[in-house]
Amino acid sequence: MAIRRGRGVAAINYPTGMNLGGDPTQALVHSTPTGNFMVTLSSVDLGQGMKQIMAQICAETIGVPTDRVVVDTADTDTGPHCMGTFASRGTHRAGNAVIQAAREARQVMLEVAAEELEVNASDLETDGQGNILVKGAPQKSISIFDVALSAHFKRGRSISGRGMFLIPRSYPEKETGAMKPSTCYAHACTVAEVEVDDETGEVTVLTIKNVFEIGRALNPKMVEQQLVGGSWMGISHALYETTEPYYPNRDHGGTDFNQYLMPGPGDLAETEIIVLERPSADGPYGAKGPGEMCANPQIPAVANAVFDAVGVRIDTLPITPERILRALKAQAAN
Amino acid sequence: MELRKNYFADVRKDDLHEVGQPRPRSDSPGHVTGKTAFFADRNFPGMLHLKMVRSPHHHARIRSIDTSEAEKHPGVVKVLTAKDVPHNVYTILILIQIGPEDETVLADGKVRWKGEAVVAVLAETERAAQEAAAKVKVDYEVLPAVFDMEEALKPGAPLVNEYHGQNYYLYDSGECRKVRFGDVEAGFAGADHILEQSYQSSPIEHAPTETTGCVVAPEGNDRFTCYTNTQAMFFTLDNTSIILQMPGSKLHFVGGTVGGGFGGKVDVIVEPIAILGAKLTGRPVSFIYSREEEMQISSPRAAEKVVIKDGVMKDGRIVARKVTGYTDAGAYSRHSPYGAQKGAGHYPGPYTIPNVWIDTYCVYTNRTPSSAMRGFGVTISDFALEVQMDKLARLIGMDPLEFRFINAYRDGDMKAHRQPTEGAALIECMQEASRAANWPVAEKYMAMSSYKKGA
Repeated sequence: MAIRRGRGVAAINYPTGMNLGGDPTQALVHSTPTGNFMVTLSSVDLGQGMKQIMAQICAETIGVPTDRVVVDTADTDTGPHCMGTFASRGTHRAGNAVIQAAREARQVMLEVAAEELEVNASDLETDGQGNILVKGAPQKSISIFDVALSAHFKRGRSISGRGMFLIPRSYPEKETGAMKPSTCYAHACTVAEVEVDDETGEVTVLTIKNVFEIGRALNPKMVEQQLVGGSWMGISHALYETTEPYYPNRDHGGTDFNQYLMPGPGDLAETEIIVLERPSADGPYGAKGPGEMCANPQIPAVANAVFDAVGVRIDTLPITPERILRALKAQAAN
Repeated sequence: MELRKNYFADVRKDDLHEVGQPRPRSDSPGHVTGKTAFFADRNFPGMLHLKMVRSPHHHARIRSIDTSEAEKHPGVVKVLTAKDVPHNVYTILILIQIGPEDETVLADGKVRWKGEAVVAVLAETERAAQEAAAKVKVDYEVLPAVFDMEEALKPGAPLVNEYHGQNYYLYDSGECRKVRFGDVEAGFAGADHILEQSYQSSPIEHAPTETTGCVVAPEGNDRFTCYTNTQAMFFTLDNTSIILQMPGSKLHFVGGTVGGGFGGKVDVIVEPIAILGAKLTGRPVSFIYSREEEMQISSPRAAEKVVIKDGVMKDGRIVARKVTGYTDAGAYSRHSPYGAQKGAGHYPGPYTIPNVWIDTYCVYTNRTPSSAMRGFGVTISDFALEVQMDKLARLIGMDPLEFRFINAYRDGDMKAHRQPTEGAALIECMQEASRAANWPVAEKYMAMSSYKKGA
């Protein structure tokens, strides 16, 4: 009887978005009279940071600081259609819609600035600090504050834009299954190191090293929170979670957090996250959807590590101490 | 977290100002100080509380329902049964023409899973609603139930759902979604080794911090505002409009700040009945799942069974892969037919295999209907695929990581569902993992690239 160590690897890809009935999201952007920008959506923030990331995408596209952008979302009386936040689609679909709307608004803004400065709109650029400059002659400039005032009170222009992103519906071919089920793919490779106590069947995940390729880290801190949380959830799926411990029997299902097991703070593995960025052709600034992908590779990596440690395969999730002990018993009997 | 900028530097411009910056989240101070308003923070004078009477049986005919005692209970304002729901038989994907309608808002004549909603009680307090719900008398004739997918697919098994007519979802391709690529039998015939293995999972709960629910307030002009934690505003509004046979213009949904979803809040379960309650009583209504309801009543991730048969060569090439996937939908479709189809589009994983055969089934059993969850149609597939990859490597005496390099897909490779691979990065992820985990692989693998063939 001993504590045995093992390691396992898994590599995966994950589709961004879905495509069952077409996959649309729309966005509206407009300027206030003093040159702040409002992004209007009906997209839902589940805690992943939808509002913040849409503000950064809008700011980048218009050429203003992020704190000049306010996101108003998820009121069906004002926000245009969004299919929903699921399928790793939120940032990708809404982000593309926001970019399109922001580009249109930026164009009007530059046109108004051009009239004020008596130059061509194509000769102008933003400095990212709230000003519009003449290319090559930065001393000739106007603040976006003044441009917005001019648009509203002097020139009667609406600094606004409409954005629309749609993945058209794909019908799988009946006989061959030819289909376009999604757009760009995120990737991951995870190595898990575990200890298995062959007397109790308990598994301790010592280290989990995740490499994720996500197109572009639009906000690295928010990416990190998503990926660390996902990595935890993958370990939880591998070793702890189920509503029906004796599936297909329906009994003994947990009804609260005391009975529905998940790893607590004391069970956390030493977690390493490494991010690669291969920008996707169709993503907002190259971003892919990392939201679901990041919780998947840990499950098989842990399963493979358990085998590496004690030489038994547990092909049924979750990999409980009971299942490990039964397998060890059967192995000893052979 | 570390960003490894050296990978793909040749195809990436790092010239952005706001994007790529670790700006603090605008909503996090509110979250951590408890000031953020969630739907349940809405409180209206005269608000009623809705509680469900749920089936104690896995499968039963309803002989009769007697609500008279419940209606007399102090504080009770309204009791709703199937006859009160304008369009009681529905399915959420009907919005995008994926039928048949197969589920009832409130059970009518039959219950198909333990916990199914039968009668809704609206009362002045939660306690009164709970006490009255206990006084509803439902006379059941218990029917044989089926819990096992294999049992459910056998001839003579109890029929779970009459709206389907058989215990599996009927796709336009037949009893399963199919993918056919190359000649899988010829691939097996030429393989050095064959390995066939089965994998199984159990249902998993999303376990969000905030349970599913909504608060509805009549606006007084025939419109209703529904404060909800749905993950999909218009999907929920439009489905509610169908179920209640109300024009969408009469419905106003407000949400967008949710305490965890993970795919568990896209089923359109609480909003229609709560709005109906508000409409019939003229009063605000709150319907919020208890933790127990969240755990056992709300849709879990489906249990899945995956059978993978592979043909592999001594040199490490996988030459044929046949996958049969079974998704346990429970008693009703919800999103499961799509989940099974998503699996078909995901197999055989991020590997280039010349001969592929995929069948994915969506199976009905007498359990809590499963639905979407983080990694829908893919998470359990990946568990099965990647454990299988480990077994194949060991079968031919090869390092599990090197074995994956040999088969990894690269730009331009044709996938089984006949889409060319674009933007691949599996090889680079594995190279970095090799470094980070100190798991060395041969130099030729470290020299590979996703960009094109030949490396």
